[in-house]
Amino acid sequence: MKVTFPHMGNLYISVKALLDDLGIDYVIPPFNNKRALELGNRHAPEMACLPLKINIGNYLQALESGADTVLMAGGHGPCRFGYYCEIERGILEDAGRAMDFITLEVPDEGIGELIRRVRKLTTGANLFKIVRAAAAAAKIVFMVDELEKLSFHTRPREVDRGCTDRIYRRFLSKVLSVKGSRDIKKLIEKTRGELVNIKIDKNFMPLKVGIVGEIYTTIDQYASFEIQSKLGNMGVEIDRKVTIGQWLMEHILKNLLPIPKDLRYAEAAKPYLKTMIGGHAMETVGNAVLYGRRDYDGVIQIYPLSCMPEIVAQSLLPSVERDCGIPVLTLIVDEMTGEAGYMTRLEAFVDLLLRRRGKRAIGALSWD
Amino acid sequence: MAKKVGIPRGLFFYRFFPLWKAFFEELGAEIAVSDRTTKKILDDGVRSCVNEACLPVKLYHGHVINLKDKADFLFIPRFMSISAGEYICPKFGGLPDMVRNTVKGLPEIIDVEINLVKSRRNAYKAAMEAGMRFCGSRKAVEKAFGLALESYRHYRNAVKKGVLPCDIRIERRGYCNDYTYDTSSCIFRSSGLNIAVIGHAYNLYDSYANMNLLGKLKKAGANIATIDAIDGRIMAEKACALPKRMFWDFGSRAAGGALHMLEEKQIDGVIYVMSFGCGVDSFVCDIVKRLVKRHGDIPFIVLTIDEHSGEAGIDTRLEAFIDIIGRARKAD
Repeated sequence: MKVTFPHMGNLYISVKALLDDLGIDYVIPPFNNKRALELGNRHAPEMACLPLKINIGNYLQALESGADTVLMAGGHGPCRFGYYCEIERGILEDAGRAMDFITLEVPDEGIGELIRRVRKLTTGANLFKIVRAAAAAAKIVFMVDELEKLSFHTRPREVDRGCTDRIYRRFLSKVLSVKGSRDIKKLIEKTRGELVNIKIDKNFMPLKVGIVGEIYTTIDQYASFEIQSKLGNMGVEIDRKVTIGQWLMEHILKNLLPIPKDLRYAEAAKPYLKTMIGGHAMETVGNAVLYGRRDYDGVIQIYPLSCMPEIVAQSLLPSVERDCGIPVLTLIVDEMTGEAGYMTRLEAFVDLLLRRRGKRAIGALSWD
Repeated sequence: MAKKVGIPRGLFFYRFFPLWKAFFEELGAEIAVSDRTTKKILDDGVRSCVNEACLPVKLYHGHVINLKDKADFLFIPRFMSISAGEYICPKFGGLPDMVRNTVKGLPEIIDVEINLVKSRRNAYKAAMEAGMRFCGSRKAVEKAFGLALESYRHYRNAVKKGVLPCDIRIERRGYCNDYTYDTSSCIFRSSGLNIAVIGHAYNLYDSYANMNLLGKLKKAGANIATIDAIDGRIMAEKACALPKRMFWDFGSRAAGGALHMLEEKQIDGVIYVMSFGCGVDSFVCDIVKRLVKRHGDIPFIVLTIDEHSGEAGIDTRLEAFIDIIGRARKAD
């Protein structure tokens, strides 16, 4: 059995640590790329959402390196993601490249079935080892999130342009050659040190933009055309509340442990969206409101075409925009999105925000 | 004067109107339904709703605009789930919020939540909450709810006999248990082609949205079978054959219904009607297509509708499809 799994932002780092620690043989698909998307397009239903198409590309490229089993998360709706595993299994079968799927979810058959699936994955490993590896992987999720957050801070402020990107990208590819959670943690710490030591302009007051939207397209930098690096290099400091760590914390750990959930966003979304409707609609609306209340200059919503919950959120955002006085830009991505058009809109939005800030002179992007 | 409850002719209107009508009328309210879909309703909807929404949601906005000045209340329930353990499209759950934030000058909205995933008694609770606005006694609301269910069952029975919901004159005043219908539209007569038309009720029975698809099929002499004509229990049972349980109401009905029809072996062709950008359809269509392929490779066609669909294009495809299955049948 040679396991593979789909990419979603930096998730591969923690999954790699987990599989390394458990001694499972695996293939990490090449980073999301154009060919993966093309492969996905060829085989996936036309109207399926972008993440599914990229997933299929990931599997097919991993298959080329000998993977035969897919490790995937599941769910029970109402978001389409919960049925990804079944649709993907069917698509690969029809394409004559059938792969085995191990779906991590609590299925209808109960928790026993989940344990059976985990057992299948971790042949031979004892429970203690599994728990320890899972805990280490979770720790790495949070560490990587922190690292990313640090890059949001340094990128617009760096004196030597492109410095943050260089360090951060080197880390993303270097981590592939490091084995085991211990060494990965060390590398993260080392990279953290490098980022902290970047020379920054302490007086610079960057624009602040909050990123909201569907989880995959906001987290995965291929799907969003590297929006984090693009905005950062335009002198914009960004923030994103939805991260893998946040998801793990709020939806898994806090369900298992008696810790109260952080529901500030739900409270903030209440006047606009009364109930949880699935996906990240509530987070999108609530976080946009929270950004509006704080000193943020703008909000950008990103989602894949035809994403159901985000369409609802999008139609509510104009009211948030009006009530909180914060401009919102919605970017919708799919396989047809052209980078040039996307960039133009992004630049125009940043321009608008700068002008809105008014006469207050700020450093970057000004030409005096 | 009786209070007027406005019910937009869109989305679940096509499934639950008889129930709602009987309920509100029993409570002494008057019912106002928006006009049948017209170009103006479509244009109003397209203009007010977000671009990315699907055709049925846009049409719904158009119907709200058509109705908002004619009623004291608008009945836009927040549907999260209409069957145990199954959801529907998240847009239904956010529908009252969407309408409220896009259409101006609305009357009071009755946006009770119906969520059968939470509890089976949730529908009753929602009825109570909505009904108490019209009459003070819980008993009266309970009675109205009972009658409404009764009326709905009669309606379902007519549909199960093979009558197309669009042929039933459901708007007649007063709740009635004798839904009049035109028996000529019953399915599976011995002659003619049997065509299964699978799609959301609001796509199939809004003849403006689908450019009179069902009328055209009837005119071509085809017998139309829809999943609405199949007993819910049969569909639920058949849907168990799927490797992973479907968590959408429409998904399990469409897959279960398609399997049932395929196993009966009376179907000559399958037409899947999907609205552009529909998240649920994008997956369910794929599943149904696979089921059809596995069961003897019956001709299968997907018709996608949106606000731009050209009638000529649909006609051509439909004619070609009917030609093909006619020929396939002769060859047998």
